[in-house]
Amino acid sequence: MALVLNEEQHLLKSSAEAFFRERAPVTALRALRDTADPTGFSRDLWREMAAMGWAGTFLPEEYGGIGCGYTELGVVMQAAGRTLAASPLFATVALGASAVLLAGSAEQKERLLPAVAAGETLLTVALQEGPHHRPERVATSAVANGEGYMLSGAKTYVPDGHVADVIVVVARTAGAGDEESATSGEGAGDSAGTAGLSLFLVDREAAGVMIERRSMADSRNMAEVRLDGATGELLGTAGEAWPVIDTVIDRANAVLAAEMLGSAQAAFERTMEYLKTREQFGALIGTFQALQHRAAQMFCEIELSKSVVLKALEAIDADAPDAALCASLAKVQVSDMLRLVSDEAIQMHGGIGMTDEEDVGLYLKRARVAQQMLGDENCHLDRYARLRGY
Amino acid sequence: MDELEQFRQETRAWLEANCPASMRVPMKTEDEVCWGGRHFEFSSDDQRLWLQRMGEKGWTVPDWPVQYGGGGLDRKRVKILHEEMRNLGCRSPLSSLGILLLAPAMLKYASEEQKLEHLPKIARGEIRWCQGYSEPGSGSDLASLSTSAVDMGDHYLVNGAKIWTSYGDKADWIFCLVRTDPDAPKHEGISFLLFDMESEGVSTAPIRLISGASPFCQTFFDNVKVPKANLVGELNKGWTIAKHLLQHERSSAASLGATAPGSRKQSLQEMAVDAIGMKDGKLDDPIFRQKLARFHVREQAFTLTMQRVGDEMKAGADPGPASSLLKYYGSETNKERRELMIAAGGLDALGWEGEEFEEGRLARSWLRSKANSIEGGTSEIQLNIIAKRVLGLPQAD
Repeated sequence: MALVLNEEQHLLKSSAEAFFRERAPVTALRALRDTADPTGFSRDLWREMAAMGWAGTFLPEEYGGIGCGYTELGVVMQAAGRTLAASPLFATVALGASAVLLAGSAEQKERLLPAVAAGETLLTVALQEGPHHRPERVATSAVANGEGYMLSGAKTYVPDGHVADVIVVVARTAGAGDEESATSGEGAGDSAGTAGLSLFLVDREAAGVMIERRSMADSRNMAEVRLDGATGELLGTAGEAWPVIDTVIDRANAVLAAEMLGSAQAAFERTMEYLKTREQFGALIGTFQALQHRAAQMFCEIELSKSVVLKALEAIDADAPDAALCASLAKVQVSDMLRLVSDEAIQMHGGIGMTDEEDVGLYLKRARVAQQMLGDENCHLDRYARLRGY
Repeated sequence: MDELEQFRQETRAWLEANCPASMRVPMKTEDEVCWGGRHFEFSSDDQRLWLQRMGEKGWTVPDWPVQYGGGGLDRKRVKILHEEMRNLGCRSPLSSLGILLLAPAMLKYASEEQKLEHLPKIARGEIRWCQGYSEPGSGSDLASLSTSAVDMGDHYLVNGAKIWTSYGDKADWIFCLVRTDPDAPKHEGISFLLFDMESEGVSTAPIRLISGASPFCQTFFDNVKVPKANLVGELNKGWTIAKHLLQHERSSAASLGATAPGSRKQSLQEMAVDAIGMKDGKLDDPIFRQKLARFHVREQAFTLTMQRVGDEMKAGADPGPASSLLKYYGSETNKERRELMIAAGGLDALGWEGEEFEEGRLARSWLRSKANSIEGGTSEIQLNIIAKRVLGLPQAD
């Protein structure tokens, strides 16, 4: 497969970039932050996005989607990343819809996915139980109770957790989530840590579900979800959810990497503009070779990142055997790149970069949160080495 | 059977019949590379035969037009030929700076007469070329070169010295940048000349490098007479040709950084596993493992970028801006690879002579790689070009 966008994807890219530039510029995120907006994104905007098919890019037409792929979702997310646009694209579509599509029964898909594609139902996946992404370290338990399950535990940093209508919860129906098995066997699929994991659909309104929003540095949405004997509906096969969880993480990471790439491009362009207008010592600071070489190095890292993001998305759409490797590759390269670009954006702006009024600070804050989500570069570097067999 | 499949079968049959068995095993040393030229000493009769047969077929340069000694094949057929050569393990019949560097510039800028005169000899490996670019006083600032060519009516008189002339002592002809207008701004007084290294007044002296090898020479010109017909392109417009040629040089240097498809040499990963060992499914050195993984991420990201740039060019994009990025990143990546090989191998990798060290193969390749980010425009020059031409950053007066 060629590593270039096709004509339709190019058109989608231009229209998505124009859409976010006009309808959700960085000032929109500032407004959500400064008014402490309870939703954390604009529902009107989300309805418009859904109307364009963006909530169902990779969903089959039978479930109300447009039958494209993750590449298209990535193209839209990259455009959203440029303006730091907040929307349910990540939690509802990249995470939630991926999980339901991969694990759900025909009835569950029929019930949830068309409503997702229409922009009516919001989803998320509750995975994490601490400050770091450790997908095999799950203490939340699920106990069979007649036809359903009773779930108990505490989930942390659930994206859009405070607004999701249905939460896909990772819980343990068997096996141990103890420290030892968790640290030794990540991702192996047959270790004590990953065996016995299951997925459940939990209604936000169900008894025993307590949700508390968390205020984060990037002004985007996270929530703590506590379950105290809450009713869960099994999604997929009990105790055998790991391959689905692993795949959902890969897909969502590729989409997240696309968003991070878009943010990096915007922060970089902003910084280049500054180098071309700011004067010191009687010269534009962009004439200084000390800055020129660092700018050129950022350009190179961004170019490499474009390739790995497109490759990761295409690998998902082609169901390639190395899709997992490509997802971790993308997360490492893009995280390394974004760390560099976001730090340099502040440094090259000097004092003005430290002010709240200048946007580069917002890009830096989003950068670090996005890096941490679903595993930072260290986590994925380790996984990448493991997948390569060392 | 479609035409391409038929071509594939015919090609396979021809290669099987014409590629000698000894030309189907990997080369053990650099000495087995075939460079061709008037005075080339073939390492075996098979090597001579293989070059001759491929040359007659035009398959040393399968994509060139037939009248210039090429095979006249389209892109799909060239790909098939390369695939079939790879499948049979056929060695490249000819390595040539003429093919790699000079020909792309000749095809674009030379007269029809010049093309017909020089290109077929390059294709058949009859004439070996060297490049006269850098001078002792003009390295990164190449356009400041001072080798002069003075118009003497029926010929140019060339005086000066070049340095880092690759295989200057073995080459038959040189393509050379000379100053033809000393009063013009530095980029506007340069011309592109071709001449025979056997001309009176040409002499060379090899330079011994840190790797122990001497692939480069200093080359001296003392009143060398060059026929005026040997000027390529317009007088004083040589810098344009020089830049075009450098872009090709950079693109080929870049491929050093990519993962070599189907390479038979032991990979860095295999070396590391052999030398360091595994424990619980992981390399038994967590710090080296981390460095190796980060290197692989960069190597793979770079390989994908080469592919993406190639795909974009096929779709009609301008390769110009990418060549500096690829040269910079490719050469830095190869240097990193060589460093990790030394680190993985430890003192075994620093052995210098003797069969147990393969005559210092790893150490010498590691030292050779240090030049990757110097030759063909240093890494710093590539970053300058990106800052200026791609990012449009303002330039100091």
